[in-house]
Amino acid sequence: MNNTFQFDPVELPSECKALRQEVRAFLKQEIDAGTFSPGGGRNENARAFARKVGARGWIGMTWPKEYGGHGRSQLERYVVTEEMLAHRAPTRHYSTADRQSGPVILRYGQEEVKKTIIPRIVSGELCFCIGLSEPNSGSDVFAASTRATKTEGGWLVNGRKIWTSNAHNADYMIGLLRTSPPTKENRRHGLTQFLIDLKSPGITIRPIINLTGAHDFNEVVFDDVFVPDLHLIGEVDMAWKQASAELAYERSGPDRWLETFQSLVELVRVAGPQPSERQAEGIGREVAHLATLRRMSLSVAGMLQAGKTPAAEAAVVKDLGTNFEQALPNKVRLMAPPVGDSIPDSNDDRFEQALRYTTLIAPKLTIQGGTREILRGIIARGLGLR
Amino acid sequence: MADTIIVDTATRIFQDLCDAATINGAEKGEWPQALWDALEESGLPLAWVSDALGGAGADIADGFAVLRVAGRFAAPVPIAETLLAGWLLAQAGIAAPAGPMTIAPVHEDGDIRIGADGRLSGRARHVPFARMAKHIAALARRGADPVVALVAAEGLVVKPGTGLSGEPRDEVSFDGASAVQTAPAPGLSPAGLALIAAAARTQQIAGALERVLDQSVQFSLDRVQFGRPIAKFQAVQHNLAALAGEVAAAGAAADGAAEAIAAHGIAGDVAESQVAIAKVRAGEAAGNGAAIAHQVHGAMGFTYEHSLHHSTRRLWEWREEFGNEALWAERLGRMVAARGADELWPFVTAGS
Repeated sequence: MNNTFQFDPVELPSECKALRQEVRAFLKQEIDAGTFSPGGGRNENARAFARKVGARGWIGMTWPKEYGGHGRSQLERYVVTEEMLAHRAPTRHYSTADRQSGPVILRYGQEEVKKTIIPRIVSGELCFCIGLSEPNSGSDVFAASTRATKTEGGWLVNGRKIWTSNAHNADYMIGLLRTSPPTKENRRHGLTQFLIDLKSPGITIRPIINLTGAHDFNEVVFDDVFVPDLHLIGEVDMAWKQASAELAYERSGPDRWLETFQSLVELVRVAGPQPSERQAEGIGREVAHLATLRRMSLSVAGMLQAGKTPAAEAAVVKDLGTNFEQALPNKVRLMAPPVGDSIPDSNDDRFEQALRYTTLIAPKLTIQGGTREILRGIIARGLGLR
Repeated sequence: MADTIIVDTATRIFQDLCDAATINGAEKGEWPQALWDALEESGLPLAWVSDALGGAGADIADGFAVLRVAGRFAAPVPIAETLLAGWLLAQAGIAAPAGPMTIAPVHEDGDIRIGADGRLSGRARHVPFARMAKHIAALARRGADPVVALVAAEGLVVKPGTGLSGEPRDEVSFDGASAVQTAPAPGLSPAGLALIAAAARTQQIAGALERVLDQSVQFSLDRVQFGRPIAKFQAVQHNLAALAGEVAAAGAAADGAAEAIAAHGIAGDVAESQVAIAKVRAGEAAGNGAAIAHQVHGAMGFTYEHSLHHSTRRLWEWREEFGNEALWAERLGRMVAARGADELWPFVTAGS
């Protein structure tokens, strides 16, 4: 018996090294130009930034050239993604489409949709959101009840999606909608994926302000919204078969362990070249975790490149990664240098700002995109326990 | 990447000759002769010694892969120590003798000296398997110059000690001993020896954790409580999922250290940082993983009769040896601090 999940080592090919330097140079240029600040919020100039990234050829990197993609490797995409995240670049406008929505359309979408939509994602024009959660369907995603009813030439959608990140900026949603009741044999049966134009009549998007005070997620209400047949993605009632591949992409990327990295960077800055023993030890521990997670995450990218679907391995990376990034701000807090009236420029400085922001977002990290509990269930299934 | 034939050979030998009774016997002082003979015949203990110096001439990666397997089987023999001793002797061009060996010093402040009369002096503590070894490869100094000394164990004063694992961790006095052979080893230091030895321990930790995961999964499927296997309880499933994560992380971290040493040797920042990362992460995984495994096994896993402790006690010992998590973390933290905040990310991505 061998239950150990395999994370095969990956050596990045030489083109990745050159690409990394290219991305770093681009980001430095954008930071210097004031497009964004690595210490600041995440939404500044996101739309304009997406166009620039698209122009560089860094959206849809792995997608086929016939649809406007760039036919590059998962490893090259990985390098670009981690550089963007580590520098806190405002990728919000295109990241969901690049990571999830584009691959789903390419795999299950209809030819005409692929031809018209994919190039507009690649250019950085289109922004996507994901319509999974509902008021009574959170982790239990296959309990969704927002209905799509067949009508002439398409479908009529009624119901509500909730916690939909970035819906207020998005052009399209890929929504999971109920087209049939579940069967006795398969409670996941009866759901279908649709591409929904968020400018369609009958859609109301209401903000839900989160505890940081920011407007990220939304409630999206559908009232007799027409979706054409052309926007059906995959097989009717069979979305449960399509969802798992999507999640493997979502679950193991650098965004699952780099979200609070900035707090560590700013700690290193304030600790200085001669940190205390406590700081040096603490920083070393966190760097050891970070470097190991990166190695594992890169390994999953390598497996995706090799055509595998490492679902359990991806869940392992997300479980370890989100636990790490969630715990990090608190570790950083306890390593902070002393504060006091005798220390100039220490009130609301970069360190305090980074720590405040990462502390506030920490709770969501083990919830979004599959809770810790769901992930551990997937890992347990991989171990043969269920 | 390691040679699969070498890994398969090692696996077969341990499967055949390293059962629970062998490990318990070794703790009582019974030397597992059959196991050692099979290993020696296969050439695995001298994998890191070239043909010219009497070894098997395998790659660095192969030696580390053998240690992963040895860790999985809780091998109660000095295979890691003999590998390391062969490596140390080879650094000075000294041919490796047959038989089990170990290394000294273990600690970075170790100070074994060779006097003008050619006699050794000094004391090394926590030397693994010293009383079982035929020879000790010692890193000594003549004046300020590092020298590797091949010393016959016979005649040395060895004060037996026992580690957490039940394996010998002895105190060795070199006072008055003379070496079989000595040769200069420019640039080597006890810290350098500890670096490669720490990398070896991370492989053994990763292997032992693989075993602990297998045992825990199997136990949870077999053990029935409240009318069903405990594997069906969500709390147990989640504990095992967390264990699987620790096991995977330890393996990945250990691979990073092995790769770095295979590519760069023990000198330079990449090897030092990768070994630091590995010893910190694998050391943490050893503690976290052993704790979960014991929780899953309940009282049964706390008995001497059950074999879980063969792995968990070694995990507790190995995480401490050649620098524990705190020591390596502080060293790593100082490397990061010296480079500064804006170099943290380039440091993490260095080499790729």
